[in-house]
Amino acid sequence: MPVSHAEEGYVTADGRQIGGTLMELRNITLRFGGVVAIKDISFDIHDGEIRAIIGPNGAGKSSMLNVISGFYIPTEGDVYFKKVKRGPMKPYEVARLGIARTFQNIALFDGMSVLDNIMTGRLTMIKSGLLSQAIWYGAAAREEYQHREKVERIIDFLEIQNIRKTPVGRLPYGLKKRVELARALAAEPKLLLLDEPMAGMNVEEKEDMSRFILDLNDEFGTTICLIEHDMGVVMDLSDRVVVMDYGRKIGDGTPDEVRNNQDVIDAYLGVAHD
Amino acid sequence: MLYREAGDFKTTYSEDSQTFPIFFDRMGYYVTLLLAFGLVPLFINDYWANAVFVPFLIYAIAAIGLNILVGFAGQVSLGTGGFMAVGAYSVYKLMTSFPDVPVLIHVLIAGAITAFVGVLFGLPSLRIKGFYLAVATLAAQFFLVWLFNKVPWFYNYSASGQITVPQSKMLGFYVTGAQTSASAKYLFCLVVLVFVAVVARNLTRGTMGRKWMAIRDMDIAAEIIGVNPLNAKLTAFAVSSFFIGIAGALFFAVYLGAAEVTEAFSIQKSFLILFMVIIGGLGSIFGSFAGAAFLVLLPVFLKNVLVGQLGWPTDLAAHLELMIVGALIVGFLIAEPHGMAQLWRLAKEKLRLWPFPH
Ligand SMILES: Nc1ncnc2c1ncn2[C@@H]1O[C@H](COP(=O)(O)OP(=O)(O)O)[C@@H](O)[C@H]1O
Ligand SMILES: [Mg+2]
Repeated sequence: MPVSHAEEGYVTADGRQIGGTLMELRNITLRFGGVVAIKDISFDIHDGEIRAIIGPNGAGKSSMLNVISGFYIPTEGDVYFKKVKRGPMKPYEVARLGIARTFQNIALFDGMSVLDNIMTGRLTMIKSGLLSQAIWYGAAAREEYQHREKVERIIDFLEIQNIRKTPVGRLPYGLKKRVELARALAAEPKLLLLDEPMAGMNVEEKEDMSRFILDLNDEFGTTICLIEHDMGVVMDLSDRVVVMDYGRKIGDGTPDEVRNNQDVIDAYLGVAHD
Repeated sequence: MLYREAGDFKTTYSEDSQTFPIFFDRMGYYVTLLLAFGLVPLFINDYWANAVFVPFLIYAIAAIGLNILVGFAGQVSLGTGGFMAVGAYSVYKLMTSFPDVPVLIHVLIAGAITAFVGVLFGLPSLRIKGFYLAVATLAAQFFLVWLFNKVPWFYNYSASGQITVPQSKMLGFYVTGAQTSASAKYLFCLVVLVFVAVVARNLTRGTMGRKWMAIRDMDIAAEIIGVNPLNAKLTAFAVSSFFIGIAGALFFAVYLGAAEVTEAFSIQKSFLILFMVIIGGLGSIFGSFAGAAFLVLLPVFLKNVLVGQLGWPTDLAAHLELMIVGALIVGFLIAEPHGMAQLWRLAKEKLRLWPFPH
C-alpha cells in the first residue's frame, strides 16, 4: 500500500492517524577519520509514528541515532526538529528539546537505586534552585513529590514496582533494559530513540518490551525511532522502516514495501551478515 | 526483637523519602540529638573537648564536604587542607576587619569565599578526570599554602607569620579566644555541624544529589538525560568547598586559636580527611560522621591504652596507628568501597530479618 509522505501526515494500515514531520534529516554524512559511518542519508520521522532503522552490524544505525540525539555532530547535512534547523548542540540541550534515548550498551547509573535512576529522567523539569533544595521543606519537597508521582506511574506501567529500591548494578540484563526505558520515559519525551531495546532478550521479554512500546505510542502518543535486528519484531511494531547498509540508505517505506525491495533482499541474502 | 522494618509501610512519598524511614533509626536520631545538646555540654571538660569532641565535630564537617565532592560527584580532590586554609584565613581577616559582626556570620562568609575559590580550582574538572584531576587539586593545595605564607596581608603582617584569633562572644558567651569554655566551643561547633549535615542530606537526597551521582556513575549518560556537566561539577565543588571552608574557619578560630598554615593545613590534612571519607563510606553522610569519629578516636584510644596502660613508647603507638589506618584504607578500598556506613547497613539488614532470615 502506498504511503503519502506529505507534510501533513498519513493514515497507517491499522487506521491510526499520523501527524506531520517531527524530525527531518537532510543529506547527513558522518565521518570518523577515514571511516564513513553514514553516507548522504535523508529521511524523516513523523509525529506519532513508530519508525524503525534496520540493517546489518556496522551499517551505521547507532551512529544515525547518535546524530539525532545530538551526540555526534554530522560532518555534512542538516537536522530539522519541528521544522526548525538545529545547530550544533550539546547532548543536554537536545534532551531539553524533548528527545530521550536508550543505549545499545545499557547506560544506567549503577550506584543509584532504580527509583533514583528513573527520577533522573525528570531532571530537566526541576525548577527549584540550590537554596530551596538545601532547605527541602516547601517548594523543593513539593516538586520532588510531584515528580515522584509521575515516576510511580511509569514504574507501574513497566511493572517494576518490586525493584524500586534495588541498586541498578544488582539487576539482571533484561530488567536493566526496562529501567533504562523507564528513565527515558520519565522525561516525557516527544521523540524516543531506542537502540536495540530487545537485544539479548528471550522471547518472553521481547514480547513484554514490544507490548510496552506499542502501549506507550498508543497511550501517550510518543513518537518512537528504534533500531532492531529481529525482523519479525520490526515488521510487527513499526509503521515505516529505513534500511541501512554500509552507511547508505537502501530502502525506506512500510514494512511490506521494504520486505519486497530488491536491494534490501540482496543486502540481507547476498552477504553473510548476522 | 525491637529493630524492624517489616510492617512499616509508607503511604506517602514524603514518608518514603525522609532521612530516617525506619522508626527505630528515627528514635535513635532524636536520642542522639538530645544527648548531644542536652547531656554532653553539662559534663564536657577541656580534655574531652580538645582531644575528642571539638576535633570530631569539625572533621565531620570537613568530611561531609569532601564526601560530596568525592563520594557523591565522583571528583577526586587532594586540596582539602588548602581549602580549609582559605576558610581559616578568611575568617581571620573578617574577624579582624569587622570585630562587631557575630563570628557565626564570619564563619558562613568564610565558607562562601572558600566555595568561590573551590569553583576556580574545580574548573579543570571539566576537562580532566581521575588521576589528573587529583594532581591538579594537589597543585591547589601547595599553591594555597604557599600563598598564605608568602603574602603578609593574609596574616596581618604579624611578626611570627601566625594568625591568632581575636576574642569574640555570641549570646553573651565567649566562643573564640582563650577564655572560651569547653562547652561553648563544643556547642558552637555542634550547631554548625547539624546545619551542615541537614543541608548536605537535603541536597543529596533530591535533585542535586541525583545530578552529582549521575555524573559520578556515567557522565556521558548523565549528559544525554539533560545534566549540564559544567553546572553539576561546579556546584559540587562549590558546596563541598563551602563546608570545607567552614570546617577550616572553625578549626582555626575555635579549636586551634592560633595557626601557622604549613603546620595546620598541610597536605597531611588533605589525606586525613580523604581517609575519613574512605573509611567512613564514600557517598554517605552517615559515613562521614563514622570516618571522622574513627580517625579522631583511634589515636586517643591507642595513646590511652598502649602508652598509658601498657607503657609502650609513644612513637611505637604512633607507628601502629599509621599501620592500622593504612591497612584499613587498603581493606576498605578493595573489599568495601562504601566503608563503615555499608557495614552498618548490612548489619542492620541482618538484624531486621532476625530471627527469621527468610
Ligand atoms: N565513535 C566512533 N569512532 C570511530 N568509528 C566509529 C565510531 N562510532 C561508530 N564508528 C564506526 O561507524 C560504523 C558504523 O557503526 P555503528 O553506527 O555502531 O553501526 P550499527 O549500529 O549499525 O551496528 C562502524 O564502522 C564503526 O566502527
Ligand atoms: Mg549499533
